[in-house]
Amino acid sequence: MDNRARLLEKYSSRVYKNRKEHVLELEEAPGVPQIAANTRAVPGIMTNRGCCYAGCKGVVVGPLKDVCVITHGPIGCGFYSWGTRRNKAVAQEGGQNFIPYCFSTDMQEPDIVFGGEKKLKQAIVEAMEIFNPKSIMICSTCPIGLIGDDVHAVAAWAESEFNIRCIAFSCEGYKGVSQSAGHHIANNGLMKRVIGTGDKIPKSKYSLNILGEYNIGGDGWEQERVLKRIGYEVVSIFTGDGSVETMQNAHLANLNLVMCHRSINYIAEMMQAKYGISWLKVNFIGVEATIQSLRDIATFFGDEEIKQRTEEVIADELADIFDDMEYYKGKLKGKNAGIFVGGSRTHHYQKLLEDFGMETIIAGYEFAHRDDYEGRKVIPTIKLDADSKNIENMTVEPDPEKFHTFLDEETLARLKDQIPLDQYEGMIQDMQSGHIVVDDYNHFETEMLIKLLKPDIFFSGIKDKYVIQKAGTPSRQMHSYDYKGPYAGFKGAVNFAQDVVMALYTNAWNFVTPPWKTVPMLTGTLSGGDL
Amino acid sequence: MLDLTPKTISQRTALRINPCKTCQPVGALYAALGVHKCMPHSHGSQGCVSYHRTFLTRHFKDPAIASSSSFTEGASVFGGGSNLKTAVRNVFDIYNPDIIAVHTTCLSETIGDDLNSYITDMEIPEGKLVVHCNTPSYSGSHINGFFNMMKGFITYLTKSTGSCNGKTAIFPGFVNPGDMREIKRIASLMQVPFTLFPDTSGVMDAPMSGEYEMYPQGGTTLAEIAGLGDCAHTLALGRLTSTEPAELLKKRHAVPFTELPLPIGIEATDEYVMALSRLSKTEVPPELEEERGQLVDILLDSNQYSSQKKVAIFGDPDTVIGLCALCLEMGMIPKYVITGTPKEDFVRLVNELLGRYDVEGSTVKASADLFELHQWIKNEPVDLLLGTSYGKQIAKAEDIPFVRAGFPILDRYVHSYLPMMGYRGAMLFVERIIGALMDRYDRDCADEDLDVIM
Repeated sequence: MDNRARLLEKYSSRVYKNRKEHVLELEEAPGVPQIAANTRAVPGIMTNRGCCYAGCKGVVVGPLKDVCVITHGPIGCGFYSWGTRRNKAVAQEGGQNFIPYCFSTDMQEPDIVFGGEKKLKQAIVEAMEIFNPKSIMICSTCPIGLIGDDVHAVAAWAESEFNIRCIAFSCEGYKGVSQSAGHHIANNGLMKRVIGTGDKIPKSKYSLNILGEYNIGGDGWEQERVLKRIGYEVVSIFTGDGSVETMQNAHLANLNLVMCHRSINYIAEMMQAKYGISWLKVNFIGVEATIQSLRDIATFFGDEEIKQRTEEVIADELADIFDDMEYYKGKLKGKNAGIFVGGSRTHHYQKLLEDFGMETIIAGYEFAHRDDYEGRKVIPTIKLDADSKNIENMTVEPDPEKFHTFLDEETLARLKDQIPLDQYEGMIQDMQSGHIVVDDYNHFETEMLIKLLKPDIFFSGIKDKYVIQKAGTPSRQMHSYDYKGPYAGFKGAVNFAQDVVMALYTNAWNFVTPPWKTVPMLTGTLSGGDL
Repeated sequence: MLDLTPKTISQRTALRINPCKTCQPVGALYAALGVHKCMPHSHGSQGCVSYHRTFLTRHFKDPAIASSSSFTEGASVFGGGSNLKTAVRNVFDIYNPDIIAVHTTCLSETIGDDLNSYITDMEIPEGKLVVHCNTPSYSGSHINGFFNMMKGFITYLTKSTGSCNGKTAIFPGFVNPGDMREIKRIASLMQVPFTLFPDTSGVMDAPMSGEYEMYPQGGTTLAEIAGLGDCAHTLALGRLTSTEPAELLKKRHAVPFTELPLPIGIEATDEYVMALSRLSKTEVPPELEEERGQLVDILLDSNQYSSQKKVAIFGDPDTVIGLCALCLEMGMIPKYVITGTPKEDFVRLVNELLGRYDVEGSTVKASADLFELHQWIKNEPVDLLLGTSYGKQIAKAEDIPFVRAGFPILDRYVHSYLPMMGYRGAMLFVERIIGALMDRYDRDCADEDLDVIM
């Protein structure tokens, strides 16, 4: 029996029927097989997914530093998303940094019964009085949609009352099937209300935005450092260390880089349609991946000067990390790994592991869609179900004044054969026969996969970290990097390797089994004298 | 750090900033984890339980299992009955617990799901159990969730057979496994047969063995919970956490109870020991008396470093009351004492305590938040901050020594294994407080003032 069959055999027929579509064991057969994704989690299954609110507030709008983000609802949701995603940020000069704060309307029973709009308005009045922010965003939690508070009307009221930007998001937790719905809702809001409203024209023609980079552990800063060294002007980062102040000018850049395809491809597409900006799928996780991405960007901008500068910086950065890389390769080569994280990171990290000669034998996403696994070409074939239809799908028209293309159509068409311009091939294409791919993985499957495939190390999140570790397998958190980082770019690769080596070679692993379990402790003497 | 917090205090009635509490379900989940072979189950959309498991895991650095009804929009409109039915079937099928403990969320509460009738109507495998409690997130806090889940178990499972089992029910309050172990150790020393309920020791501090076990050795057993109705007496530790379940047990099975503060500090531990002594009619053993004497000795020795030091304490109501008592015993002045959990009894109990030590001019508040606390500190600073991980921002902003205590502590290790209760727990905790104050002196003093003796 193959590993996939062993993994699924314990399920009842109903659960089996659902889960079998989400689990693949890759075969040699050509082409990328189909996987079920972005469908409802099975009730009772211990999924690692979060909710729509977590996707909207926790992932996308929460990291905006110059925004007072008010969670409208009972206290829990705001509390849990307070400083827990490591979106590092530093206030801009003269600007405000709300990242260390948590704002909530802390709804009480009467607010649920009589409606919470009045309280939300009052909360905004109080926020204005204390902080006088330029932007307020409102994120709705489960009860808000149920009791019918019109958060958008409150936002409109706040805008006229205080002459600020106030944006509401109907990102109630029950919407969609995972965080993914929240990303989409957040993307729509930012597209409608922020992007395109500024007028600060970039100074350089090599201007770009980094989309889907949340600056966990300072990843975004490391990318920015290298890009600036080459000579690029980073107009804005969405949304790690991001701000409305910079994001409003994003439409004036010449290229969008997409890191996390899942959380932000909507904005990339809409900006292309509305403002004519091409997007390039990049990956700054892993040395080879970073080099490839930097070369792809240079290819887009096309001139020899930037290409040459790119090679110089690459050579210099590589020289800087050469000794470390060789050392860690020696420690890590031949090890294999399992990785389960969010929407795009699993793919990104496979590349980084490859740098050290490691193989990813098990991989999966929490809340990805089929295109993240199989590539964007499957998008037209994805059938929308009821849960997805509830999320607004915005269509945008070219903006008559702001539409600008950096390259002519002929050049774009030629470039599309050379670099991943407006395209993404998905994770599976980089995996091999025998590898297991699991969508919306759960507690039970995690346990089984570890037993069946015995990976040397497993990368995952906090909820399963100690399950894996207690089972005797080293585990690292890939949502939070176990509170270290950055892991992006050249220097980040070394940080990552150091942490993986630390996890694998922890001295304490040698003490798991006590000596009395392996050495016979009872000694006897034969009656009748000494031996 | 927290650069936007102004010194000027303004009235707020609607905006909660930097809360000092969270919602009921996480407390319910924690209580259910203290029952052997129990799967906690969250009835709502899956994001809630994802957050709750995350927070419990981060605090305990151990797996916190729980399943979810995984509501989508459809369930929110048509009710979550079928989701719960499917979930219960799948949980028994895949994870095979003895019991599922369901708590609600603000979603299922708002749509009015009737858990009672869902559970009555569903098919539950032979020998298995499902219990529930209501934990609306828009009232109370995680503390209410904790005792509401206790009440759920009591309602569903306790029985009176008519003959007393001679045991004492001990309700520990929302505390760490390390504290639960200390509560049990003292009860054993006092020769009181007991049932600790709930009991997360052995579950949330399970040892490393190289094998993951979904249901480790610890936790109150179902037989022990059923037997609560036959107990001779209940000791409810923590008036604001354990009294309601104790009252319920009394109402249902006529088990009398004694309310006690959490045994933090000398006086509160004395009360606990004496209550045990009255129940077992046993003298306090020399071992405990020795520990007590050692603690008093420590307080006298170190008094010069703690005396008259101003401290701000925040966290869960009973924990804060306990810490406040210990600080008073150390000669400190609890300047600001807050909890995020609403209930005015907290203010009364703290003020009584302060009154007994003739401490005046302190600010005590329930339903408060950390933004408010920070503003007070900006206006009149303290020498020490005592509370959960969320105090570290204030401590850094105002450069105040900070000792962590309570829930959640997300940024330190080992804390959940070590007690702060009992005489020995107080020793450990006093060491941390004095250590923090003395480290600060050493850091700040002039070179010529740095002594190796202190």
